[in-house]
Amino acid sequence: MSAISASEKVDGFTRKSMRKAQKQKKSQGSSQFRTQSSLVELSPLPQLKDAPSTEQQDLFTQKLQQCCMLFDFMDSVTDLKSKEIKRATLNELVDYVSTNRGVLVESAYPEITNMVSTNIFRTLPPSENPDFDPEEDEPTLEAAWPHIQLVYEFFLRFLENPDFQPSIAKRYIDQRFVLQLLELFDSEDPRERDFLKTILHRIYGKFLGLRAFIRKQINNIFLRFIYETDHFNGVAELLEILGSIINGFALPLKAEHKQFLMKVLIPMHTAKGLALFHAQLAYCVVQFLEKDPTLTEPVIRGLLKFWPKTCSQKEVMFLGEIEEILDVIEPTQFKKIEEPLFKQISKCVANPHFQVAERALYFWNNEYILSLIEENIDKILPIMFGSLYRISKEHWNPTIVALVYNVLKTLMEMNSTLFDELTSSYKADRQREKKKEQEREELWKKLEELKLNDTALVQNNSHGLQNAQNNNNNNNNNNNNNSNSHDNQDKSTAVGVSTDIQDPDITTATTESTTSAK
Amino acid sequence: MFERCSKSWRAQRSEPGGGADGDDSLYPIAVLIDELRNEDVQLRLNSIKKLSTIALALGVERTRTELLPFLTDTIYDEDEVLLALAEQLGNFTMLVGGPEYVHCLLPPLESLATVEETVVRDKAVESLRKISQEHSPVDLEVHFEPLVKRLASGDWFTSRTSACGLFSVCYPRVSSTVKAEIRQHFRTLCSDDTPMVRRAAASKLGEFAKVLELDYVKSDIISLFTALASDEQDSVRLLAVEACVSIATLLPQEDLETLVMPTLRQAAEDKSWRVRYMVADKFSELQKAVGPEITKNDLVPAFQNLLKDCEAEVRAAAANKVKEFCENLPEDSREQIIMTHILPCVKELVSDTNQHVKSALASVIMGLSTILGKDNTVEHLLPLFLAQLKDECPEVRLNIISNLDCVNEVIGIRQLSQSLLPAIVELAEDAKWRVRLAIIEYMPLLAGQLGVEFFDEKLNTLCMAWLIDHVYAIREAATCNLMKLVEKFGAEWAQNTIVPKVLGMANDPNYLHRMTTLFCINALSEACGQEITTKQMLPVVLKMSNDQVANVRFNVAKSLQKIGPVLDSNALQTEVKPVLEKLATDTDMDVKYFAQEAISVLALA
Repeated sequence: MSAISASEKVDGFTRKSMRKAQKQKKSQGSSQFRTQSSLVELSPLPQLKDAPSTEQQDLFTQKLQQCCMLFDFMDSVTDLKSKEIKRATLNELVDYVSTNRGVLVESAYPEITNMVSTNIFRTLPPSENPDFDPEEDEPTLEAAWPHIQLVYEFFLRFLENPDFQPSIAKRYIDQRFVLQLLELFDSEDPRERDFLKTILHRIYGKFLGLRAFIRKQINNIFLRFIYETDHFNGVAELLEILGSIINGFALPLKAEHKQFLMKVLIPMHTAKGLALFHAQLAYCVVQFLEKDPTLTEPVIRGLLKFWPKTCSQKEVMFLGEIEEILDVIEPTQFKKIEEPLFKQISKCVANPHFQVAERALYFWNNEYILSLIEENIDKILPIMFGSLYRISKEHWNPTIVALVYNVLKTLMEMNSTLFDELTSSYKADRQREKKKEQEREELWKKLEELKLNDTALVQNNSHGLQNAQNNNNNNNNNNNNNSNSHDNQDKSTAVGVSTDIQDPDITTATTESTTSAK
Repeated sequence: MFERCSKSWRAQRSEPGGGADGDDSLYPIAVLIDELRNEDVQLRLNSIKKLSTIALALGVERTRTELLPFLTDTIYDEDEVLLALAEQLGNFTMLVGGPEYVHCLLPPLESLATVEETVVRDKAVESLRKISQEHSPVDLEVHFEPLVKRLASGDWFTSRTSACGLFSVCYPRVSSTVKAEIRQHFRTLCSDDTPMVRRAAASKLGEFAKVLELDYVKSDIISLFTALASDEQDSVRLLAVEACVSIATLLPQEDLETLVMPTLRQAAEDKSWRVRYMVADKFSELQKAVGPEITKNDLVPAFQNLLKDCEAEVRAAAANKVKEFCENLPEDSREQIIMTHILPCVKELVSDTNQHVKSALASVIMGLSTILGKDNTVEHLLPLFLAQLKDECPEVRLNIISNLDCVNEVIGIRQLSQSLLPAIVELAEDAKWRVRLAIIEYMPLLAGQLGVEFFDEKLNTLCMAWLIDHVYAIREAATCNLMKLVEKFGAEWAQNTIVPKVLGMANDPNYLHRMTTLFCINALSEACGQEITTKQMLPVVLKMSNDQVANVRFNVAKSLQKIGPVLDSNALQTEVKPVLEKLATDTDMDVKYFAQEAISVLALA
């Protein structure tokens, strides 16, 4: 305590790595709630292979029952002999179910599931490290792994045994069993999650009656992860299983599956630890789009809604996913989302973080995306031009500037007339934007005044109000003058004929109020 | 949607009799629409945050007929915008025309209560709860209750979760038929398919029980409580523990044994540590709710088990409750229960393997001495205190020291002083500055309890050593500590013991230490009085105005400003003024600034 190292004297904070190193020592935990007060010492049973075939079944059951005894692995000195006997027995059982045929008689099923449940189903312990960072920290490993591993191994061999009959097993491997299995996916031990993944996959494949239930429970786990706890260790593993489940969905997709995509998978992109499972998540999303291309528009709009605002690392991942989607997109779907999408891409290209900008600019190396851009150059060039032009002059990173020049060159080749037009109007456009911005600020100021006036003199016409009125109209006029042509079109189609009649009214109103102000 | 609104806005405009008034009050909604269209979320957020301004400008009628429908229709946006909207609408009653029209706010809030994002939904529910109080009983049945029903039977889990929070606010003020329906809906949600909904229901169970008639508590709530407490998900079961407190408070004593205790016993031995943790965490509340008899028979053994739990998390939560639990034991058997049942467990916890458990215990264990009295404390508790004072974890030692006052009242601190000293010295030199800071904060208290003699002999050097700590926060706290000591021991003591040492530091080669002298003078001048300040401190401060480090010089100016009021006008005019005037012409701009400030504050110009 009193011996303080020189480095600590200088810096009161211990380094994160040092604190980690201390933690690392006890990275083992076990969670088996030890209710058994006095342990009976195990005594070895004869080998199965030595027993006469008539007694084998009995001996098998006895061994299964023997393996239901649990041991405290946090205490590495007690029960050494019994631990060893159980380990050897489990090994023998693994061997027995994987090499022998005809050993899975009906009466063995409840014994097997009972042994497996007793050993693996437990409440996972509290994390040793409350701010566990799966990317940096070593996970806490399950202390009882020498036994638990063999139990998992045994269960897997049992499921994969050619004699395995789901019709008998479904009495024991039921919803309750699956629910407990799913809860174990939160284990911090990656070895355990890996076994669970394979086992759940087998169960999903063999038990048709449990499929909907499994999907629903995964759904619940994800929703809880997204909206309640923000913590679940097995998200990547569950997504991996889902990836192959989605692959097998029949067409047309059920509403349930679409809802899962939109209400679970897309919001999942907001999770703090996205980096840990993004690859699997993106795979699932792309699987959906390959199944049903009409989902492209809602998916991309969803991603744009949850686009990261402050985390550059996540932004790079989003861009990666967008590229994966664009790789499989249909040209008709592309047209539907090109505008909002390229508005976002133009922001990314201009991102001061060079990795974000670089990732976005790499889109122009993708032949298919390039062909989509070329087809729609009239729409895309005006959106992209401002950002590209600006950063070609302003970005701090020379690599980005070089990339931008290439992109500009490519775009120019696609439509040089439009490119020239945009170049010549660039300055005027920026100034108009600035002016608009100023006017907006003015407007809000006026509105504040209006609030004050309103509280002071109810329903009284003040000058502030009138001025604000003028400004507003100016603003509208400006909008009409310089807004993009398609904007106007949209409006007129929506409002219909009435626009034509009402627009002059506005002009009259403007002149009226202007005169009355003067 | 935007089009629809802007159309109606335009239509209004062209009305022949619309007049100037109409135009003006319509103008804000046009701004809002324009802003809500903006691509920049921040701008959309700004305009939503100024919604009340817009509503005020529109007047109540237009707010009801145009603004609210517009908001209800355009509800799709970023969650951040929706959150701001949900919050604003909770305060909108006056803006739509008072309680008479408050139900106009329900449609937009209903949509917000179905959003996925939890914070938005919770805020919408909060606002709905708020405005429910402003509904008349009739409106509550006509408008509010149907909304609750719709939410409760919604397809997606979000609306059902939101419904859970609304039952209790409308139940007391509706007719008995509607009450029956509400109970039925609540029952359904308690056995919902989705764990999220069951969790929401379980967390509102206690609140709902409070507004129910006692008969229904017994018939309805108990069965729901029992079911939730044995849910397959531990995240649901643990919420039932919370409800247990409210339910037990509502029931007459004679019913507790049959209706509540079986469930509570089961929770205390649940196979999930989360549930057991919850029981430990709520133990004092549970104890009060079930009364003394059940406490004696049931809770004492349960508490012993929790103190011995295999999960450290649970032990720590239980250890935290040791004092409160003992305090609330029935007086007739308190001492006996503590001595025979609780103390043995506590003794084991003192040498627990987990430091969080030990430090939780250390933060409350001293409180036991007042309950057990002098003799028991000396015989049984003192050895534990001493053991904890030697614990390897600084937090444990610190927690003991910070609660010394409880023991002081019972047995006096002298008993501990032999062990106390090494513990204090070690903490005073701990590598973590937060630990050092914590121990400094207890110095005045310790000094008071240990007396001036003991202090001078043992602790004074420590207090002076902190003045030259390498962390500023420690030096600052040490300065403040000196002031408190002087307040305790008097000016004379200061003059003899600390002032010479403080002033000696003015010649230290390290400018940070020289500045510490100034900070100490700032803190001490008032407590030491005019004479010491003028005769001993002032000359040192004035001399330091020639320091070669600018930071020291401008702190001289600041110090002079600080101690000026303690000095007499003669000293101010003849000694302070010339120095400040000189500093006001310093080459460093900061020195000049603070010198000028001092001159004007002390009115020396």
